[in-house]
Amino acid sequence: MSDDAVKIPAGLSGVGGWLDDRFHGARGVRVLMRKVFPDHWSFMLGEIALWSFVILLLTGTWLALFFVPSMNPVVYHGSYVKLDGIRMSEAYQSTLNISFDVRGGLLIRQIHHWAADLFMVAIMAHMLRIFFTGAYRKPREVNWLIGIVLFTLGMLEGLFGYSLPDDQLSGAGLRITEGVAQGVPIVGTYIAYFLFGGPFPGNVIVPRMYIIHVLLIPGLILALVTAHLFIMFHQKHTQMPALGNTEKNVTGQPFWPYFLLKGQAWFFFIFGALAVLATFAQINPVWLYGPYTPLAISSASQPDFYMGILEGSLRMMPAWEINFLGHTISFSVAIPALLPLGIIFTGAALWPFFEQWATGDRSVHNINDRPRNAPARTGLGVAAVAFYGVLWAEGANDVIANALQIPLYTVTWISRVAIFALPIGGYFVTKRICLGLQRKDAELLTHGVEIGIIRQLPSGEFVEDARPLTDEERAVVEAKKVPAALPAPGEDDANGVPAPAARGMMGWARGVANRAFTETIEVGDGHGNGHGHGNGHGNGHGAVADAEHAAVGSGETGETGSHEEH
Amino acid sequence: MSDIEEPAAPRRVIGTPSPTPPAVDAHTEPAEPQFDAAPADPVHAKNAERLVAALFVLAFLAGCGFIAAYIGLEVGPVDAVLRSNLALGISLSVVLLALGTGSMIWVRHLTPNIEIEEERHDLNSAPADRAAFQREFAEGAAISQVTKRPLVRRTMLLATAPLALAPLVLLRDMGPLPGTSLRHTVWRKGLRAVTLGGNRPLRPADMTAPGSMITVIPEGYQDDEEALAKAGVILIKFAPGELHIPNNYDSGTLVSTMDWTINSTIVAYSKICTHVGCPVALYEETTHHILCPCHQSTFDAANGANVIFGPAARALPQLPLTLNADGYIVAASDFTQPVGPSYWERG
Repeated sequence: MSDDAVKIPAGLSGVGGWLDDRFHGARGVRVLMRKVFPDHWSFMLGEIALWSFVILLLTGTWLALFFVPSMNPVVYHGSYVKLDGIRMSEAYQSTLNISFDVRGGLLIRQIHHWAADLFMVAIMAHMLRIFFTGAYRKPREVNWLIGIVLFTLGMLEGLFGYSLPDDQLSGAGLRITEGVAQGVPIVGTYIAYFLFGGPFPGNVIVPRMYIIHVLLIPGLILALVTAHLFIMFHQKHTQMPALGNTEKNVTGQPFWPYFLLKGQAWFFFIFGALAVLATFAQINPVWLYGPYTPLAISSASQPDFYMGILEGSLRMMPAWEINFLGHTISFSVAIPALLPLGIIFTGAALWPFFEQWATGDRSVHNINDRPRNAPARTGLGVAAVAFYGVLWAEGANDVIANALQIPLYTVTWISRVAIFALPIGGYFVTKRICLGLQRKDAELLTHGVEIGIIRQLPSGEFVEDARPLTDEERAVVEAKKVPAALPAPGEDDANGVPAPAARGMMGWARGVANRAFTETIEVGDGHGNGHGHGNGHGNGHGAVADAEHAAVGSGETGETGSHEEH
Repeated sequence: MSDIEEPAAPRRVIGTPSPTPPAVDAHTEPAEPQFDAAPADPVHAKNAERLVAALFVLAFLAGCGFIAAYIGLEVGPVDAVLRSNLALGISLSVVLLALGTGSMIWVRHLTPNIEIEEERHDLNSAPADRAAFQREFAEGAAISQVTKRPLVRRTMLLATAPLALAPLVLLRDMGPLPGTSLRHTVWRKGLRAVTLGGNRPLRPADMTAPGSMITVIPEGYQDDEEALAKAGVILIKFAPGELHIPNNYDSGTLVSTMDWTINSTIVAYSKICTHVGCPVALYEETTHHILCPCHQSTFDAANGANVIFGPAARALPQLPLTLNADGYIVAASDFTQPVGPSYWERG
């Protein structure tokens, strides 16, 4: 590049010099400007969450200028004449004022609410991307855990946020929260009374939720997001398998100017999309719900979507309550309140470590897996999505029953069956599909890509023409890595001694898990294709089942810590 | 993983100045920039430039429109609010989307498509660094005497224990202790049941049609939300012979009986769901089913409000009713069991 093109104006250079004299920044910032950002559409999902959070902070601060977090009763005489003369809390009144009397109030309120929903959608999508590509693996386990904490904090933050206006709908949600708290064994009534300052509804829950919503949780989220980004920055991005991408490099475009421009564009797109939603798609019209009163309720009351899983769990649970030594324990409440989210969050948190234990793979991974190349993980991910999805859908069982004209109880019964059947079925079907796709990949490597030309040979035989994979395609397909198989359960060495890792219950469990993780389709195990090339194994591994068992049985050399690349 | 053997740092003597850091850290030295900023296709770039500029001008105009709409459009009445929302929302959307689109075209069509490669470095420190760290850490610990003087160490931990509990203790005054307050409602003998909203006392003759259900509250408590949250009651009128309330007992206490109805046709149940406390608001006349809209617990009103479906585990408590001297429907007593969700001390 010519010197003219890279000349810096004297003024800017002066500012830079002033700063460098004080902060010694030139070296470090120069490195930062050259920070590589790998390009893949799915890497933008987390960025949606980040920008949504920024928009939430901006709009939330503005809303706080007008919102009055008080449950003092007032009689409304404002612009919304339909509620004239109605008793309500100051919180509800100020929400009406924001919506009707503050210019831009309705728009900002709706942007804030839509941004909260988008924040949670983006977190979920981002988390699924991380899971299905195995990007949580060493060294990124800590960032995965931070992400799970951010997810739970986001749920709480949303619950407290949409409960602040003290309207009929969110009040019903608070009543449920109080009922669930009361159902906690031993300390439930204390939790409920301390939270609500006495019997429900009391007059302190809105100011208490307010300070948690505007200070405590956003502060925690901000701190954790910062940690999340710094760790990501320090450890560098993962990258997708592609030609030239190795475990030792990271390829992409530099921060300055590419990522800055792209990040700017993405921020404006997200903000713009939220503005469009807030303009045309009404959300949480609290003036239609009316102020909260404890004896009123509307049918088809649904919480925001990210709380739907808890609502669905409560709806799905059959009645079960016991008396234990003179004390009431309500499993109807305790199980749905704790178990499903407990399974999902605890399971997600333990998963990276479980995978390391089951595969014995303790190595660093910077290249992501294609989901098909980790059938057990992908299957389990689909099972988790199905588990979450059934609970979530059951949270709207009345809406589903009404829309599909199915009896309400039938919907609940279907969900009670589906909560077991869909995750289990989903796991096996997904694993099958992954292995099928692997078989397709193996065929691409040995056979090439069919180009749609069928030729007849002089002998009369028809053959389909194929072209070999390009280097780019080959790099993607060949990026597959299969964890080394551990000794199969019950497998003894030459002296009849079982391998140490395979002993006992844990060894058996590890063997079973390892078998699932190492299930794979080897190149050359695909169908014979008539061309005779690349199928050196002959027919020995032609059957799927054989191929899978062969893969498990062949791992006698595997030991903890080893990692084979196939 | 890092196997690079680096010479071990000279052991530092406490009190001496730290050694000068190495002058150049090879890791952070970026490659020399070798990029050409000139676009490959000048005509294409010129068009892109015009488009981006047009979008930015559009964003400018829409931004001016936003300010104009803010100044010019009143709010207050619903239609005015909707008009203002539309004007502000559309102008803001155009500003943001035009800026976003412009930036995207800029980076896609005006900047050359350059990919660079960065080397990854092992995250784990060199063994020598780890060893030096461990040594210095242990050294510091030794200097502090924390390892050698367990008395100091243990008493310090002891001293901080109550301090750590203090935040929990300080939460104690967030609310009163529940005590037995969940066992009672404000209903008492002779208290009239009045309609919710109208505060009108009722005589049996006011409930004319069988199958009707109304929500009633204890007279004088219409503005007491804590009282209402427990004492809300539904009155249901049955045709003669339709109502069959079994004598139910809970821990030896009678909790439902035909004796607490008016003329065996009007019965009062708690409106607070025994699952998590939503108001059970939906009543189906033909089946006598009471449905909680929150989680669909269903109660059979004609049969002591026993649970037919859903997560609620207990029947809705029955309020004993009687008539006072003036013929109004009144409570004969409070509920004989706690209303609402289950809790540990309920028994």
